[in-house]
Amino acid sequence: MITLLSTWTFGVALGFVALGVFVSYKLFSFPDITTDGSFTLGAVVATVLLVSGVDPALATLGGMAAGAVAGSFTGMLHAILGIEPLLSGILMTTALASINLVVLGRSNVPLSGVKTLLDRAETTLLPAARLLTFEGAAAGEAARLGFMLLAAAGAVLVLYLFFRTRLGTAMRAGGDTPTMARALGRNTGALTVFGLAIANSLTALSGAIVAQYQGFADVQMGIGMVVWGMASVYLGAALVGQVRLGGALLATFAGSVIFRQLVAAALRAGLDPDWLKFATAVVVLTALVAPRLLVRRHQASVAR
Amino acid sequence: MLGTHTPTQKMLELHNATVTFSAPGGPLVRAVDGVSLTIPSGQFVVVIGTNGSGKSTLLGSIAGTVRLDGGSIHLAGHDITRWREDQRARLVGRVFQDPRAGTAASLTVLENIAVAACRGRRAGLSWATSRSLRAEAASRLGGIVPGLETRLDQPIGSLSGGQRQIVTLVMATWRRPDLLLLDEHTAALDPAAADRVVQATARLVREHNLTALMVTHSLAQAASLGDRLLLVHRGRIALDVHGAAKRRLSPDDLAFRFDRLRSADQLDEAAARSLSELYV
Ligand SMILES: Nc1ncnc2c1ncn2[C@@H]1O[C@H](COP(=O)(O)OP(=O)(O)O)[C@@H](O)[C@H]1O
Ligand SMILES: [Mg+2]
Repeated sequence: MITLLSTWTFGVALGFVALGVFVSYKLFSFPDITTDGSFTLGAVVATVLLVSGVDPALATLGGMAAGAVAGSFTGMLHAILGIEPLLSGILMTTALASINLVVLGRSNVPLSGVKTLLDRAETTLLPAARLLTFEGAAAGEAARLGFMLLAAAGAVLVLYLFFRTRLGTAMRAGGDTPTMARALGRNTGALTVFGLAIANSLTALSGAIVAQYQGFADVQMGIGMVVWGMASVYLGAALVGQVRLGGALLATFAGSVIFRQLVAAALRAGLDPDWLKFATAVVVLTALVAPRLLVRRHQASVAR
Repeated sequence: MLGTHTPTQKMLELHNATVTFSAPGGPLVRAVDGVSLTIPSGQFVVVIGTNGSGKSTLLGSIAGTVRLDGGSIHLAGHDITRWREDQRARLVGRVFQDPRAGTAASLTVLENIAVAACRGRRAGLSWATSRSLRAEAASRLGGIVPGLETRLDQPIGSLSGGQRQIVTLVMATWRRPDLLLLDEHTAALDPAAADRVVQATARLVREHNLTALMVTHSLAQAASLGDRLLLVHRGRIALDVHGAAKRRLSPDDLAFRFDRLRSADQLDEAAARSLSELYV
């Protein structure tokens, strides 16, 4: 029970990465490698702030803000200096590897004895979890999951509402068809910078939460996050097909949770952890190709 | 001409505008070669010319997608020579040749219009698609293509090319532009759709009394539309017909003028032939 709950909690926590990748990659067609670095950055900044006694909520926001700054730098490399998206992200994430190490001071810092955002959430939501007949350690885990779900719902709602405002709609238009947005007076470079700031603040939020959930920050923890995000985005899209913005945002989160389940199941079934990244790549590939194959099969049967 | 127009009547003024392209290893191309041009407010200008004569570059230099290497551009009383493309969009509405370039496929028809409704204004955090915007979009679109008003909530990518160009036209003119630029905006459409888009264009230009520059490859459009005809050749304006002469202009008349230009060595043999084939 606890394993299942914690798998879910982790999946939801990483769902913020998936949301970030949804914004950068799906809305802006920007394959943003910064994701790997900004995940760690969020974790590192939040951890350092927590250890120095800053309030957990503020520490988490601090991590988010750092991610936003990193994302906007990547955006500026692209929009102002004209460096292509992949290279902009690679440069930024390379620079972040040093920055993260310097900020954290060493490669791994534990959060033992520090009250985290999740501890606070657990205390607050424990009565509710007991009400739902969870007991003992499971109640604590359920309370944490409940908090994560609330946070996720909040993030999806805020993003959904934002992307339906004039500014958010202009951003989506600029990501979809830059020629159109510019012809209608939008500064697409500035919109890209803003979009990547949003995307990487979500990724950094995930890092900050994961550090507090697992009880430590590690400078290596962001490796492969961009692939994780893409896997979730594609898995979600494969599940629901063509949907509007709100559905796509929710599906992205669902994709992350399901992907985490798949990973947990594979490990339990005896997958050597060394092969985990390989398996991730295979899942992304499958999620990419399967919908296209299904559509082709469907079209073929309609044609017949 | 000098002195007959007050400054407010001059909508667009190009002075010695020059654009040079240098392909790596290739020769320099003067795509716009010292063009000076004044377009009064409310004039509907049709632009013709062979492929590669510089029409798109001329329009692009006005829209801000191409930088001038020399000369200046004034529009609606502003010196816009150094304005960025998105800044010029405050004054300029545009329709592209490719329907996909002028609309965002994944957004709904209404969301596309919402972006157009903020052309040249701060976007801000109010809702993009209000009830009043929806009502106005329904009436403006339905007034041109009956039935289109029922598709406001569909992704614009699901519309046909012709329908998308109609929506792009409505978007470009949603807030009255000081200048409307149309670059072969019917070239990618089948004849029937092209005809509908041209009708809609003529109607919108007339209704809003717009100043417009329209590039076309269609004889029917060149002869029947507009108050003025410009022939662009090798980056220069080789022919400029307006007033009564433009109203009387027939295909035969055009052929005669092409001939005269060729004998005066202002038009080369191949260009004259391909112009005659295109427009006459
Ligand atoms: N971006 C560019 N780079 C190099 N040469 C260009 C570019 N755009 C246009 N040209 C050249 O400038 C000339 C005019 O092109 P264009 O304005 O597109 O002509 P038109 O629209 O009349 O067909 C052509 O010789 C074309 O090859
Ligand atoms: Mg052209």
